[in-house]
Amino acid sequence: MSAQSQTQSAGHAGHAAAPVEKRSWLLTRPTAKTGIISWLTTVDHKKIGLLYGMSALFFFLVGGFEALLIRLQLAVPNNTLISHQLYNELFTMHATTMIFLAVMPLSAAFFNYMMPLQIGARDVAFPRLNGFAFWVFLVGAIVLNIGWFVKSGAPDAGWFGYAPLTSTAYSNQFAKDMSTDLWVMGLQILGVSSVVGSLNFIVTIINMRAPGMTMMRLPVFTWMTLITAFLIILSFPAITIALVELMMDRSFGTSFFDVSNGGLPILWQHLFWIFGHPEVYILILPAMGIVSEILPTFARKPLFGYPIIVFSGATIGFLGFGVWSHHMFTTGMGTVATAAFSLLTMAIAVPTGVKMFNWIGTLWGGTLRMTTPMMFALGFLWMFMMGGFSGVMHSAAPADAQQQDSYFVVAHFHYVLIGGSVFALLAGIQYWFPLIFGRKVSEAWGKTSFWVIFAGFNITFFPMHFLGLNGMPRRTAVYDGNMGWNEANMIATIGALILGVGVAIYFCVMVYTYFKGEKTTHDEWGARTLEWTVPSTPPPEHNFDVIPTVHARDAFWYEKTHVEQTAKDKAASALAEQSHGGIHMPSQSWFPLVAAIGLLIGAIFFVNHIMIGAIAGGVVMFLGVYLWAAEGPGGYHIHLDDKNSKKH
Amino acid sequence: MSTHAAAGAIDHHHDHTTTTGIPNKKLFMWAFLASDCMFFGALISTHLIYRLHPTPNQPDILGLFSLELTSFSTFILLMSSLLMALAVNTCQKGKVGATRKMLLGTIVFGLIFLACQVYEFSHFVHAKGLTLNSSMFGSTFYTLTGTHGCHVAIGVLWLVLMYIRTFKPADGSPWILKSVIHLLVFAVVTVASIKALLGGVHAIQDHGATAEAFSTLLHHELPALIATAVGLIALVVLARPSKAVEFGEANAVDVESMGLYWHFVDIVWIVIFTVVYLLEYL
Ligand code: HEM
Ligand SMILES: [Cu+2]
Repeated sequence: MSAQSQTQSAGHAGHAAAPVEKRSWLLTRPTAKTGIISWLTTVDHKKIGLLYGMSALFFFLVGGFEALLIRLQLAVPNNTLISHQLYNELFTMHATTMIFLAVMPLSAAFFNYMMPLQIGARDVAFPRLNGFAFWVFLVGAIVLNIGWFVKSGAPDAGWFGYAPLTSTAYSNQFAKDMSTDLWVMGLQILGVSSVVGSLNFIVTIINMRAPGMTMMRLPVFTWMTLITAFLIILSFPAITIALVELMMDRSFGTSFFDVSNGGLPILWQHLFWIFGHPEVYILILPAMGIVSEILPTFARKPLFGYPIIVFSGATIGFLGFGVWSHHMFTTGMGTVATAAFSLLTMAIAVPTGVKMFNWIGTLWGGTLRMTTPMMFALGFLWMFMMGGFSGVMHSAAPADAQQQDSYFVVAHFHYVLIGGSVFALLAGIQYWFPLIFGRKVSEAWGKTSFWVIFAGFNITFFPMHFLGLNGMPRRTAVYDGNMGWNEANMIATIGALILGVGVAIYFCVMVYTYFKGEKTTHDEWGARTLEWTVPSTPPPEHNFDVIPTVHARDAFWYEKTHVEQTAKDKAASALAEQSHGGIHMPSQSWFPLVAAIGLLIGAIFFVNHIMIGAIAGGVVMFLGVYLWAAEGPGGYHIHLDDKNSKKH
Repeated sequence: MSTHAAAGAIDHHHDHTTTTGIPNKKLFMWAFLASDCMFFGALISTHLIYRLHPTPNQPDILGLFSLELTSFSTFILLMSSLLMALAVNTCQKGKVGATRKMLLGTIVFGLIFLACQVYEFSHFVHAKGLTLNSSMFGSTFYTLTGTHGCHVAIGVLWLVLMYIRTFKPADGSPWILKSVIHLLVFAVVTVASIKALLGGVHAIQDHGATAEAFSTLLHHELPALIATAVGLIALVVLARPSKAVEFGEANAVDVESMGLYWHFVDIVWIVIFTVVYLLEYL
């Protein structure tokens, strides 16, 4: 694309013929459409979605590797495979990685890629901010993982970072001063990324829907994106404050969480779980959204009880803020608080159950097609239900007093997190693969990977229920041989290895499909939602040739059955576009990346207590943001050649 | 691809055609402020919790505060909101000159508030012995009011950027270098004037409002005073509008979003003032 075509906005007065603007080289927007620079400067929601997806899958493998090490250590009693210190680092980083660097960004990948397509938009509301959110995510991920490569070691105080495990007194004991700082700083940065990204999604969903796309016609996945985004912006501030206070304790000698000076360690737990419980819904709601897209497509029926699915999702989000103390039943909050939180927690199972029945209702009487994505979605239904049941068991405070900190809890949250979130995300990848890459995963290989993963998962985690009930505590590196835990642990470890093989198959199949897979048409599954109406696979940069007009829920199904109406809409939209001078697309930019690099420099120097470096990083970041603001909104127009507008 | 890109003007039809009719930037700001409510909520809760569970080394809090000074700075912050509202109003009417004046007024009032806070902090530390880790009260006090101060400072910085943007030439001629110089001069003026201001306050404290105070001020703060004066002149020169600018009614949304942030920070201060200061007098 020529430099001239990148002419910048001439601003408010520019409706009339504006002069071609001179620009200093600093503010000239990059234009590369392929190659490394196009990825570094991208503002395209689809490219950013892919970046999120690739990084998340990478960290999914890292987290999986850490998990395998943990399981190998626990395979036999009194094992000496890894040191206790390394064990602490492994379980901390495994959980932190899986939650913040794998599941959340994989959800974010789908938010980015699919949500704008589902609502019929050309991009998100703030494309450069979207790029910024991704780079900041990457910075946070790097900061968290630096510990593996330096002497201080990786973070080792648990993903929940309970006081006083995080106090300087405690970590000095192990001469591991920096590890907790890395954890604090990394999470803080990831929080910035999540909140910024979510604000963008909220504005996009509320403000950038195609004509006729009312809120009650939004695809369920988009609805869950919206609810998740609200959960993120409202829950992350709690952990931000907790982390700020912890940082003050560690770096500036305050004692917010230090009992010896009157601090309250329980305050950490409250602030953490006010964030932490909504966080588990941040992990599961996108999964529920994906499953709600897949089931109707392969049952060839509309989603049963759409409004109820939407409202129960909102109810879950809302109630999710009122149940944090169910993680603290054993801290001695008093009977009234315990009873209240117990009841509220049980109440949250109601909307969850309602969703379950709606999904089953969707399948009921449908013409089921057992494709790979469908298999993963059905696996989700089954295993998420089991996780929900053990959750309700925890919510009874007396029972929880026994189960707390045992492997029963580990079983519960892996059934909801892997059996729930991860299965749905794997389903989503299979479901949208033809749309994103124009190729389709082989059914035979897809199903093989499903069955191996499914078997491995259940063999690993089902025995943990019994281990927990038999009293095996979580977060311990060794156990004695005569506790009666040997067999179950060995089975779990074998299961973990099978699960690892399954994941390996899944990845190999994906890579193979990307290069050699069977080519597909653009509506591979006969789906219902707008993302499948893009003119080609992979979708063009401008998403839609003409913005779709929406007349009904399941907009694409409606289009398929009302061909005449659709043709008329298309003509009208095309006309409107022409009168705007074509399709307006935002230009790429370097500055989101520059600002994020400033943040990385600042963070690394800060955890090393080199303040001058931290300030230098801050300056780089400030300059990045300043030039970003100065280069202005920018953009260029694409005119569709009428004759060929269908072909790309 | 059968596409070609057009050269020429691009209007910002993005914001005008949102589904709800609310501009994206404003919606973004509302959502952000909802998030910020939780942020300050958590901080204020921490403060209140440690007031309910005071530690043994808690200082004499009433003896610490100077309600006159804080009331004054609260008043100043409130008035800055008024100027901010006027900035939005004038911008909506396309009066760039008036917008600039109002923005500048807001900046100055914000800086006065910050200077009062800097003074308060240094006074508490040096005269009253309240430090970040002298007691839990100190920890929560500095964390809470300091975080609010950071919000004000970010607001001021943002106002400065917006102020500079009002000079962006409409013909697209280069202005970045000039604006960076503008920014640097502004930073110098800010630091120097706050230093001089604090020097003045200390002089008056030591000597009363006398000629002696004045000569002490001149004696100690001469470099700061000169830097302030020269900087101010430079600012006036730099800010001379030379040609038509690319700033007007269309930017009112930007100014308005910034205003929302500013008013929010102001409201939060009222809550903090009540919770931290006034509640002590119950
Ligand atoms: C039916 C809904 C659910 C209920 C009633 C429920 C209940 C509970 C309770 C009471 C605990 C505390 C157990 C203890 O520490 O003693 C717990 C822990 C946990 N839950 Fe759930 N849960 C539900 C759904 C979910 C979902 C959907 C997820 C995530 C996708 C999830 C993830 C977790 C995690 C990660 C923990 C352990 C946190 C830790 O200590 O590290 N839960 N759940
Ligand atoms: Cu919970």
